[in-house]
Amino acid sequence: MINALGSPQSLLLLGGTSEIGLAIAEQLVRDRTRRVVLAGRDLAALRTAGERLTELAGPTTLDVTVLEFDAAERASHATVVERAFAGGDIDIVVLAFGILGDQERAEADADHAVEIATVNYTAAVSVAVPVAEALRRQGHGVLVVLSSVAAERPRRSNFVYGSAKAGLDAFATGMGDALRGSGAHVLVVRPGFVTTRMTAHLPAAPLSTTPEAVARAVLAGVRRRRDTIWVPPAFRLVMSALRHTPRAIFRRLPL
Amino acid sequence: MPVAGDTAAAAAVAAAPPRGVIGRGLGRSYGDAAQNAGGTVLDLTPLDGVRSLDVEQGLVECDGGLSLDRLMRLVLPFGWFPPVSPGTRFVTVGGAIAADIHGKNHHREGSFAQHVRWIDLLTADGQVRRLAPETEPDGFWATAGGMGLTGVVLRAAVQLLPVETSSMSVDTERAADLDDLLDRLTRTDAQYRYSVAWIDLLARGGRLGRAVLTRGEHAPRSALPRRRQADPLVFGPRPVATLPGIVPSGLLRRSTVRAFNEMWFRKAPRERRGQLQPLATFFHPLDGVLEWNRVYGPDGFLQYQFVVPFGQEDALRAAVERLSAARAPSFLAVLKRFGPADPGPLSFPLPGWTLALDVPTRTPGLAALLDALDELVVGAGGRVYLAKDSRLRPELLPLMYPRLDEWRAARDRLDPEHVFSSDLSRRLAL
Repeated sequence: MINALGSPQSLLLLGGTSEIGLAIAEQLVRDRTRRVVLAGRDLAALRTAGERLTELAGPTTLDVTVLEFDAAERASHATVVERAFAGGDIDIVVLAFGILGDQERAEADADHAVEIATVNYTAAVSVAVPVAEALRRQGHGVLVVLSSVAAERPRRSNFVYGSAKAGLDAFATGMGDALRGSGAHVLVVRPGFVTTRMTAHLPAAPLSTTPEAVARAVLAGVRRRRDTIWVPPAFRLVMSALRHTPRAIFRRLPL
Repeated sequence: MPVAGDTAAAAAVAAAPPRGVIGRGLGRSYGDAAQNAGGTVLDLTPLDGVRSLDVEQGLVECDGGLSLDRLMRLVLPFGWFPPVSPGTRFVTVGGAIAADIHGKNHHREGSFAQHVRWIDLLTADGQVRRLAPETEPDGFWATAGGMGLTGVVLRAAVQLLPVETSSMSVDTERAADLDDLLDRLTRTDAQYRYSVAWIDLLARGGRLGRAVLTRGEHAPRSALPRRRQADPLVFGPRPVATLPGIVPSGLLRRSTVRAFNEMWFRKAPRERRGQLQPLATFFHPLDGVLEWNRVYGPDGFLQYQFVVPFGQEDALRAAVERLSAARAPSFLAVLKRFGPADPGPLSFPLPGWTLALDVPTRTPGLAALLDALDELVVGAGGRVYLAKDSRLRPELLPLMYPRLDEWRAARDRLDPEHVFSSDLSRRLAL
């Protein structure tokens, strides 16, 4: 259960090696979380991450489960969710997997464009549906969906990724509305540029942030039962301005 | 779902929904004891009849959903009063048993369940069992304080307390600091049936722990002015106001609470003996304002109550110091001495000092502060009150309640499949 001060006791991390996801897990196990399910492709990396979390949990025992989960293998998604919830209630589910892809390549290579769309959108939808069902059944819990500021208005230089995040953002927002009254709830997170492995090859953008800062903002959002958060919060204003920028100008902006 | 009779309740329990069932009374538990996410919650307030009242012996047989408010109004004209009164009249008899509540008279008369002669408990198998402390001590005392997890209290027989009037004779005095307060309570508590102290947690330094003691006894008829002696048992408390639902969250901040506390302390007489007060003024000051919880705004508040044994005054002092140092804006902090422990394995009271406080949930650093207080309380051999808890670490529960396994064994006999469950039982793995 998430207690009166907003601390969850159990976590399912989809994308179990995601840096933002693990930053959230680290802060959770330092607080009340005693059961963690890490789901991802690289089982060895998941186990290593689990060991690190166990260390952080200190003297209290942490129950870590590792599940094989491949975003591209749709057929297995429902089973993975079922196995995760079989061990008891899950208070917080973090949907953290995603790929940035190569924009230039995707513009010419349909397979690569579809891969970006599949992992970031289709796979997320495919796993979010059984998760939402499980949360509805248990009558409580939060689904945290990592969207992006790019979802608000995809830009020329990164529109394949942006379009997938825009779809995911709309889906998650709608799912949050659908879950109203069930006790469960959805938190849509729109971070700006986060310095991680995924973005290591890119020059840092203005208002860039870290996985730790995103994790702190996510947990504050869970505590206050927010529907949407921007990290850093200034992005809400920035994107509001950009959204209303005429297209001819927006296209030319060095974004 | 509202439940108005035995059969409806039994059917709901027999259905054994996957997320379980929990009974709910008037919802005055501060935590999640009467919530059940995804499962069934039985609203027992329609079950509020009085089966019989023995006006000679003061034994009332009533339904579990009967409120103490209605019980009081019904039995006072006959010269009887509930044996234990918590800080609000708006609790049910079933809830009072499930939380094994205490009142200002605990140091003398123990918890509510000590005055219960028997209960009719609807158990998970759909049976109704009559449990009395003499014949079925395990089942009875697992239910008293068992937070509704052994079954639903459909009916109970409660031994009432004889009173001559509906007034209280109250002694009020101020204590300048914590030492003075503990000293006054220790020396003279035994002289009073009811005793409690309001303590100012925002006072610091030399005034740390300053308090107002209010202690009293039911006034005898002879103490009333002549014109009221003809009708000494009048009881008709009316709430003065209902708080609207539009209070902003930041109203109770440190400055306003400090001003309130200062006023409360100053307005109390330095010493006054034998003042006549209506029952409701003495027992239920908060019931005068309906929906008083709204004063905390939409972010709400939580309550924290712990007890530490006698001899652990240093731990009590450390707790008061930490609360004072944290500047947590708490305007309702209450200190009281408990008497001997009650027989229930999950009953909260043990002989010692209990401190209860309200604090807005948005207070910065609150989670860490309360976690530190938990450690302090466990170290002193104390515990927190499950009826008020909403944030305890589950691993501390067996340390606070050493008879937890005994309770679990009794619960497993009554409810082997754990049909009865609540957010509290899930959160603390009860």
